[in-house]
Amino acid sequence: MSIRHGLLALLDEGPRYGYQLRTEFEARTGATWPLNVGQVYTTLSRLERDGLVEAAGEDEEGHQFYGVTEAGRAELRAWFDTPVPRTNPPRDELAIKLAMAVTVPGVDVSAVVQGQRRHSIKALQDYTRLKGRALAGPHSSGKGARPGAAPSASNELAWLLVLDQLIFQTEAEIRWLDHCETRLAQQAELQQTRAAEPARDDAAAPAKRGRRLRA
Amino acid sequence: MSHTQEARRTPVLHLENVTRVHGQGAAEVQALRGVDLKVHPGEFVAVMGPSGSGKSTLLTLAGGLDTPSSGQVLVEGVALGGLNRKKLAQVRRRSVGYVFQDYNLIPALTAAENIALPRELDGLSARAARREALAALEELGIPELADRFPDDMSGGQQQRVAIARALIGDRRLVLADEPTGALDSTTGEAVLAVLRARCDAGAAAMMVTHEARHAAWADRVVFLRDGRMVDESVSQDAASLLVSAATNSMKVDE
Repeated sequence: MSIRHGLLALLDEGPRYGYQLRTEFEARTGATWPLNVGQVYTTLSRLERDGLVEAAGEDEEGHQFYGVTEAGRAELRAWFDTPVPRTNPPRDELAIKLAMAVTVPGVDVSAVVQGQRRHSIKALQDYTRLKGRALAGPHSSGKGARPGAAPSASNELAWLLVLDQLIFQTEAEIRWLDHCETRLAQQAELQQTRAAEPARDDAAAPAKRGRRLRA
Repeated sequence: MSHTQEARRTPVLHLENVTRVHGQGAAEVQALRGVDLKVHPGEFVAVMGPSGSGKSTLLTLAGGLDTPSSGQVLVEGVALGGLNRKKLAQVRRRSVGYVFQDYNLIPALTAAENIALPRELDGLSARAARREALAALEELGIPELADRFPDDMSGGQQQRVAIARALIGDRRLVLADEPTGALDSTTGEAVLAVLRARCDAGAAAMMVTHEARHAAWADRVVFLRDGRMVDESVSQDAASLLVSAATNSMKVDE
């Protein structure tokens, strides 16, 4: 899981204590996925249980430091070397909602699509605004990182990559919505044509005769 | 910006109940059916919609390249319909920067000459116009193209030169039709950042695009469908977004 490997990656740079790990994790991901200290300590104790990190002493203020073990380093390399699995796609609420909307009578599916598109474009606008700031200047613009997280070029880059991911993912959703709309329109047209066909058959007696002859 | 503040300012672009009908009789096509749209100083508006929804028609009307069948188009408070050809050309040259989808660069002129042309037509000295052209090329990150001819440039380079030409001379209104179509994603982003910066400095811009990722650089995204404005998305404050992003991820974690 990502918190586990995220912490291993941070510890790979040298021993750290819990609060420090939280701050650094958030500095790199722009606090997009905030961690609470409790999660950090739970994860650390599991990592320790599995032999991937070990206690590395305390400082004078009583902070418990942790360091990565050889096994932990191997685990981290393996994580970087292995693609993130896509075999079990996460449940997507929107996909489920549309799948239900097309089957439940009386739902205005185009309204669902347009409402979602407006919402997603707005999110995209907001992410883009954050990116504009990130591109324009150093960390000073303040995007929520906690004090103590040293601003650095590599943290800026990490945050930009996370933002880009949010942007591309939202864009993909909007493109899919556009596609759904086209498909719905095509389907509606097809149904209209089908509905019109039997009527034409009834009216066109010669066609009926033809069919009987063939049979 | 509050709504009262907004109301007090003259929009840079104002489309007032604009319709545009192409053809006649059975071949009649209603490209636009009563569109109202204001773009204020400092505002960047993106127009989205499926092909045939009227996006490009909207842009050509806004730029004075076409006239509405009814309704009117005002640029900086001046109704384009009431202008003679000479005055209209002047508005197009001085107030409006237009980025064409197919660039429309003059093949016999270098990049810098293409960009400087509208300023020279406005009576600026060749030297001053060239200085402005070079600054615009610099802004778009392509100063090395100044003395190259369009035929000698890639599509992406021509597109950036076309954008530089639209931005020269502090135009108050920039209109752009798919201005990043030929650019890779990071170059496209840089170009949009330039447009964004122009708007933050007080200009107004309207861009037609089918790419949501590009539209997202705008303050407002309007959706067109069958010649009507059907919906609109307004960017919220970035600070409140982070709060909502944080709340969402908390929900996921639980």
